[in-house]
Order: sequence, then C-alpha cells, then structure tokens
Amino acid sequence: MDTSPPGIKPRLAVHKFASCDGCQLTFLNMGETLLQLADMVELVHFAEAGPVAPDADVDIAFIEGSVTTEHDLERIRQIRSHSGFIVAFGACATAGGIQALRNFADAAEWVSAVYASPEYIDSLATSTPMSDHITVDLEIWGCPPNRDQVLGAIRAWLYGTLPAQSQDKVCMECKRQQAVCVLVARGMPCMGPVTQTGCGALCPSFGRGCYSCYGPAEALNTDSLCGWFEGLGLLPADITRQFRHVSNSAPQFRDAAANIIATDAGHGH
Amino acid sequence: MVTNTRTVAVHVPVLARVEGEGALHLRIRDSQIEELRLEIYEPPRLFEKFLEGRSYEELPELVARICGICPVAYQMSAINAVESLAETDPGPWVKAMRRLMYYGEWIQSHALHIHLLAAPDFFGYDSAIAMAKDHPRLVRRGMRLQDLGNALIRLLGARSIHPVGVKMGGFHRAPALKEATALKVQLEDALQDAEDLVAWAAGVGVPARDQDVTLLALDEPGNYPILDGNIASNRGQSFAVSEFEEHIFEHQVAGSTALFSLFDHQPYLVGPLARLNLNLDFLPESVRKLAVKTGIHWPSGNMFHSMTARAIEICYGITDAIRILEDYGEPGHASVPVRPPEGVGYGATEAPRGLLWHKYELDGKGLIRSARIVPPTSQNQARIEQDLQHSLTAFGLDRPDKELQLHCEQVIRNFDPCISCATHFLRLSTERL
Repeated sequence: MDTSPPGIKPRLAVHKFASCDGCQLTFLNMGETLLQLADMVELVHFAEAGPVAPDADVDIAFIEGSVTTEHDLERIRQIRSHSGFIVAFGACATAGGIQALRNFADAAEWVSAVYASPEYIDSLATSTPMSDHITVDLEIWGCPPNRDQVLGAIRAWLYGTLPAQSQDKVCMECKRQQAVCVLVARGMPCMGPVTQTGCGALCPSFGRGCYSCYGPAEALNTDSLCGWFEGLGLLPADITRQFRHVSNSAPQFRDAAANIIATDAGHGH
Repeated sequence: MVTNTRTVAVHVPVLARVEGEGALHLRIRDSQIEELRLEIYEPPRLFEKFLEGRSYEELPELVARICGICPVAYQMSAINAVESLAETDPGPWVKAMRRLMYYGEWIQSHALHIHLLAAPDFFGYDSAIAMAKDHPRLVRRGMRLQDLGNALIRLLGARSIHPVGVKMGGFHRAPALKEATALKVQLEDALQDAEDLVAWAAGVGVPARDQDVTLLALDEPGNYPILDGNIASNRGQSFAVSEFEEHIFEHQVAGSTALFSLFDHQPYLVGPLARLNLNLDFLPESVRKLAVKTGIHWPSGNMFHSMTARAIEICYGITDAIRILEDYGEPGHASVPVRPPEGVGYGATEAPRGLLWHKYELDGKGLIRSARIVPPTSQNQARIEQDLQHSLTAFGLDRPDKELQLHCEQVIRNFDPCISCATHFLRLSTERL
C-alpha cells in the first residue's frame, strides 16, 4: 500500500553527533513503519540507513548526539542554515548526554589519560546540547526516546503543528499503572519524582528505581527528593551520582548536584 | 600485460550503512596501493574516565550507553567482570535468562545488519528502503526477525535500546510464565523465516576471497560461545580472559587516531564468522545440518560468508531460545547478591560483532578505580585494512573508481563495524594503574 500523500514529499535528514547511535536506531527499529515513513517523507540524509547528503536542503532534520568537537560546532551551524525544522532528540542532543560528565572534570587531563597522542584528538572541554549553539524547534528527551515520540513528532509536523508532550513526572505514570512505589514501599532510591515521563515508567514497573533517562520534569523539587534519599541512608556522594547520570548537565540536575557538593563541603568545615 | 600508470584517489568521506561514522582513504599509484586508511572520526566520549569513581552497581546502566545497537553485550561483559571478581555463581536460571536476552541482541543486530546494511550492496540498491520497493518480502522478513530480537530483549529488559532489567547477580524482575509462553510461540512461528534466510543468504553470489585468517572467540565448554569460557584461536592457542593483555597488544598508526589490536603480532578476526568457524559442532543438530546444507565449506576464510554466518546465528538463537523457554519457570529470586572485594575483575562475552573484553579495578567500597574496555571493532580494525588490501588486489585495481569504492564498502561492511563503540576506546598506553 502506498501511503504517500499527494504532491512533493517533504525532505528529512537524520544527523549524528557524539552518541551511541541508539536514537537513530529508533528509526531503524521501526520495522515496516520505516517503509511507510519513507512513503510520507523523502529520506535525504541518513548515513546509517544509506543516503548520504549532509549538506542538502531539507524540511525537517533530526539530530542525535552532543557537540564535543570544534568540527561539530561548524557542522551544527551548517545544518541549521539548510534545515527548516530541527528536532534535537535524545539525552545527548537535549542535555549533552552521559559524556557531559566531562563538564565536571578536567577534560584535557582525561583526553591525555586515554590517548597517548592527544594532539590528534579534536575534543572540546565540554559536551553540550544542540540548544547551546543553534535554535532548536523541538526537543524530544529520553535515552533513548521511544518510537511513538519520534513518529508523533513527524506526524504532527506534517500537519503543521507541534506534538503534545507531557512533562508529567514518572510518579504520575506509576499511579496510572497502579504500580507499587519503589521509593516509599521498598526504600529504593528512585528519580521518578523529578523525572519527566515518556518511558512508561519502565523501571518502577520492573521493580527498580528510575535513573532519570528522560531528564528533569517541570516544577520539580530536587531538595525534597534529596531529603528522601538522605532518609534512606544515602551519602552525599551517592546522591550526587543519582543526579550526575544520563541527564547530568540538564540545568536542574546540574544545580542539584552542585548544591549537594557545596552543602557537604560546608559541613566539613 | 596491461601497464597501468593512472593514479587513483578514492575518498569516501562518510561511509554509509555502518554504525557510527567512518571514512576511507585509498590511493593507488601505478597499479599499486600506495595508501589505504580506514579512518574513524567519531569524537571520543571518554567512557573509561568517567566510570572512575562510580559504583560497580551502576555499570549496567552506564556501559550500555557506549552502544545503542549492542547494549546487552556491554551490560553482560561488565557484569561478568564484576561477578568473576566476586566469585558469584548466579545459578542456572540467571545464566539461561542471560543467554536468552543475549540471543535477542544477536537476532536484532544480525537481522538489522543483513537487511538494512549489507544486502542492498548485493542487489545494486543504496538502501533497504529502495530495495523494499522491488523485494518487499525479503525486507519485511528481515524486519520481522529484527522485531523478534527486540521482543526477546524486552522480555527481560523492558525496552530493547538500553534495557533496564539487568543487574549485578541477575535481573530486577523475572518474566511471568504467560509472557514467556507467548514469546515462545512467536519464536516458533519465526523459525521458518530464519531457515529461509539462511538458504537465501547462502544463495547470494559473492566473490571468492579465501584467506588464511587468525580467528579468536570464546571457547565455552559444551556450548556455542556467548557468555563464558577461555579465549581460543584456530591456531590451537587458548588463554584465560584475565590474560587478554598478555596476548593482545594495541598500537597506533602515525598520524591517525585509529588503534590496531594484534594477537601474536598479527591481525585477527572476531565476530560471527570466527565464532561459527570455531564452533560449528556446538550448534544444535538441526542448525548444524542447515549450515552444512548451504554448500559453504566450513571453516570458511571468505569474509563474504559472514552474512550467511549471521543468518545461521539468527537461526541458532531462535532454536536455542525455544529450548530455554520450553521448560521456563518463574524463580524464587531473579538475582543473587554480588559483593565484590577490592581487586581487579575481567570479563568477556560474545557481542554480535565479536569478543567484547572489560577490566575493572574496584576499591574496597565497590567504587571503580580504573576501567578498560576493548570492543570488537577495534580488534577487527587491522584485519579490515588487511582484507581491503587483499580484496582490492583480487578485485582488480584498474577497475573504475566507482566500482572500487563499492567493493571497498562491501568489504568493510562484511565486518559490520560499529564505529560508535570502537572509537570510545582508542587508546595507546595500556599502563594506567
């Protein structure tokens, strides 16, 4: 069945920056839906799937990964200049990703510890999200985002609108599923109270705490959650690691971790 | 004699249909390869450094992020390393479930590679999407198998990319009997697809490119290797996972960020073709017969047979997953406690692309002092360049540039390189204690 709409097909690109490839795998894992998608839009650039035309003009571009090199800075500006609507998808593109942990360390020292000839390595001191460098039209959070979010965004855009995005906390999803609260009932550290939903509360439904791969929720209270974690017996270093995970450089989590470290240092004096 | 005095420079700035991003530089002068360089330009993500100071319990979530295509392999190798340090025996249920989940990743990754990355080359298409217009049944069958692999990972991991169900000592949750039974039915239904895929893959015309290649794979007692055992070669060597660094050395080529692993000073191959060549006799009888029926003479030194090897491993994964689910029962506990002492733990498992080796040094509180990870693609890198030299010469260096380029790309894709993984671990000094 050809599901292509009449007229010229919109042109779509998928670009990769520093990442694990998991977000673009969301496309490649769509099965037959990927074939239907190819009927609706023209896949102009998507190196892993085949087509390579990174500098072609497109109507919509999905960007995976974070900015970590000088070359990335040039590339992302180029992409912005020839792309209509830009979607940053995944934790790397929206918050700098797990590799943004370098933002809290001496990145130059890290590079020379890993590479014997660091002069060959083009690496910035930081890993940053797309929105630090260009105007992003839509962000889809998650490590990885799920296919419904990705397809929903494309469908909404095809109809000239933005997708509905919930910023509810994972807790709300647990309530809807009538899942037992792992934090209250089982005393497990869970980031659900400060994390936006979208995953379907997978971790609590599997009997474990959330580690916030979908990033900070709206109107969150990190201080309150830190209090809960202290009550469970977690040390300041343990609590810091909860915030310095996949979404470590999202401003709310970055600040929460910095507060814990500052408070702990204050107690030491 | 043809005298060829032309100079050819083939530069493929972005290699299509590989995971991660890489480039190839080839210069031919007077019918001789003057320069051939597979370049990896993924930016470094410095995983080994930011693992320092983290708890061993966080490893499954953290190392999964190295590769979205084989997160299960990273989780399993890390767990394997810590459990070997802690001398944990997770018991038969956990071991069986790990195999089952790992089969899911093999099936998903291999089906993706065969259909979306490799097959279009053989039929003159630039993507599976283009190929699907003329060969819809072939592409759809591949996507069904890929879906099935993902479903198997979801059974134990909740989602297939960066699954969340795995922990040290086992799993956070045991699948309910009815979920396991439903999946067994899906696997049984897919077996015919997998068998057809093997016959199809073996029927695709490939160039004759036999080479005498050193192969390495785990040598799991009594089993087709995936989670356990020593590391063994086709030359009769065998060594413990903890002795890896005494046998495998990495060196850098001047001016490049690429690292080459050498075993006994020689390039070597890891991955499906290496595994199959070394372990044909450990396949269940039905799958072994199917492999023999392809007409390919195993062990095969032709990298172009790696597509068939992947298809056979899909068939094996499905067959053995059915066996495991045959007598599935929910356990009392889905995991055992793991309490590693201060020390160094080593772990290796068979990722879809081959041997994936991890080493962690832990302090007395269970925090990581240092980490070292050697993924399969770094190990294959030297072999890929050697194979390109051999294959291009056999193909004919005086062919038109476009044909040379396509042939190079096909040779590279035979290895299913995962550049996303490989580059994070390019490292030169192994002394970092």
